[in-house]
Amino acid sequence: MSPELEVQLIAVIVAAACALPGVFLVLRRMAMLSDAISHTVLLGIVLAYFVSGTLGSPLLFVGAVAMGVITVALVELVGGTGLVREDAAIGIVFPALFSIAVILISRYAGNVHLDVDSVLLGELIFAPFDRVTLLGLDLPRALLIGAVTLAINLALIGLLDKELKLTSFDPGLAAALGFAPGLLHYGLMTMVSVTAVGAFDAVGSILVIALMVAPPAAAYLLTDRLPVMLLLSVLIGALSAIAGYWAAYWLDVSVGGAMATMTGVAFGLALLFAPGRGLVAGAARRKRQRWEFAQQMLALHLLNHEGASEASEECTPQHLRAHLRWRADFADEVVRRAERGGLVRREGAVLTLTEHGRQVAREASLR
Amino acid sequence: MEVLLALGTDYTLRTVALGAALLGMVSGVLGCFAVLRRQALLGDAMSHAALPGIALAFWLTGERDPLVLLIGATVAAWLAALLILGITRASRIKEDSALAMTLAVFFGFGLVLLSALQKRPDAAQAGLKTFLFGQAAALVERDLVVMALLGAPALLCVSLLWKQFKLLSFDPEYAASLGMPTGALGLLLTTLIVIAIAIGLQTVGVVLMSAMLVAPAAAARQWTNRLSTMVLLAAAFGAGAGVAGALISATARGVSTGPAVVLCLTAITLVSLVFAPERGLLWSMWRSRRLIASAE
Repeated sequence: MSPELEVQLIAVIVAAACALPGVFLVLRRMAMLSDAISHTVLLGIVLAYFVSGTLGSPLLFVGAVAMGVITVALVELVGGTGLVREDAAIGIVFPALFSIAVILISRYAGNVHLDVDSVLLGELIFAPFDRVTLLGLDLPRALLIGAVTLAINLALIGLLDKELKLTSFDPGLAAALGFAPGLLHYGLMTMVSVTAVGAFDAVGSILVIALMVAPPAAAYLLTDRLPVMLLLSVLIGALSAIAGYWAAYWLDVSVGGAMATMTGVAFGLALLFAPGRGLVAGAARRKRQRWEFAQQMLALHLLNHEGASEASEECTPQHLRAHLRWRADFADEVVRRAERGGLVRREGAVLTLTEHGRQVAREASLR
Repeated sequence: MEVLLALGTDYTLRTVALGAALLGMVSGVLGCFAVLRRQALLGDAMSHAALPGIALAFWLTGERDPLVLLIGATVAAWLAALLILGITRASRIKEDSALAMTLAVFFGFGLVLLSALQKRPDAAQAGLKTFLFGQAAALVERDLVVMALLGAPALLCVSLLWKQFKLLSFDPEYAASLGMPTGALGLLLTTLIVIAIAIGLQTVGVVLMSAMLVAPAAAARQWTNRLSTMVLLAAAFGAGAGVAGALISATARGVSTGPAVVLCLTAITLVSLVFAPERGLLWSMWRSRRLIASAE
């Protein structure tokens, strides 16, 4: 496999692995915990490094994941006192843990290659140079880690499908039915930590947040069904990853940064053009409703004066301007649309309702 | 004791301590409103989102003048805040997702710009590391002047619009019913917070900025139920932690100012949560024990 292909494969797998737990973060309104976790794993790595003494130890992975979960526990501990709100608790806890990590590194690990910005930023382009051999296959380490993370996430979500759904949408019912929302919450947080740690090698911890939150948020605008949302999130994440790679390739810029930018572009597109829920569809709907409402008003007005002595005077397009306070061009357009829709007929200067128009007016008056 | 004497004689230490104190004061005051308006994490998102603004300002002017970079940071952070507000208003995306997404996407775009910048011959790293973690030790007198020029009007604004901001923070519906322009006032408060962030980027950096806004306010809240006392206390906590952090980083090897200030603030917050009268954990434990005793 060429290095270019390997980088793209890693990008796609990491994006997919991030999107899966991200769906539940978005649904449970916990997206900012990904911000906290992805910063504090640094402390876990540093502490595990002090214990193990090398940077290659698997203990580093364990330490980082554990610190992610501890971060969530601390946030809940501080928020649980009721003295500060949960979001403020996040804002206090993660900078504190991150500060400890920065101080520990500069004080005791200054001579080791434990670079804070490489953890925060990552660099996907170098991923193919760090290789491992597994079952006779020569693979980039990041590819292996990404694939394992993705497999774990898929397995957990497949296994806990019902429980996750229930606790995400109705935690009260879930507790009443005997599911343990707390246990599942920490399970999910472990999944987020594992994913963040597995992914930041490749894309850096701040961009992990983009991959975790933006694709699921875009998918949330496109569907109301959880399985579809999971699938769409993975798809959007993977497409953003590939688009980001090529954009970075052509412009010769940071791959991770371009991938994050593309997830933002994907969300922007969904926000604008999502069928039904997008901004464009919303604007079109409001416009259509405006004309429909005006036609109903017209029909009601005509029904009120139908057959009365003043009808010949009241039911002219000119009179609508005075009576309904419509501007001339607006009134003309409403009459034109109503004629085209078969609501009214024009007889000389006078407008009369058709049978269909009468029915629309009656229905509108009943509302 | 020697350290305290050095504060009077050592130019660098004095500059750093003054800068950190100034930042702590401004962000302490503005953080109170952010926390009360349930926007504790908006500051975090905005500080990350400032990166593309800094890169772009450097790109366009080719200067590393702190004022130019600050303006770039302010504009980008402000845009991010508007975007977060717009997304939550216009769609069913909740605030937490909007915050996290904007934070990371802006930051990613900033990285793209920075990596493009590095190819320019005159570039020489526009100081990404400084931006991430701050570099209080490199503060000079001119930086202090810029910080004061930005911070003083922000504080003046708060004192002039005190009544309006107070009502907006506690009862925005009532404020709106009185005919106050709540939208404009909210935007103004957000803008002031952006200014605090811009001041802080140079000193403590992106990642730690959220603590500068949240921690003093959260700590001050425990000691009082009055907004005026809370704001003054938060300013004092922020400034005190700033000076203490600068002193610690001057005496201890390998401790940079930003993390030291944040850890001081964390300590103040913890003490407040545990020991504050009326609200603190010890107090409520004692009260519930007394209740149980009186019930028996």
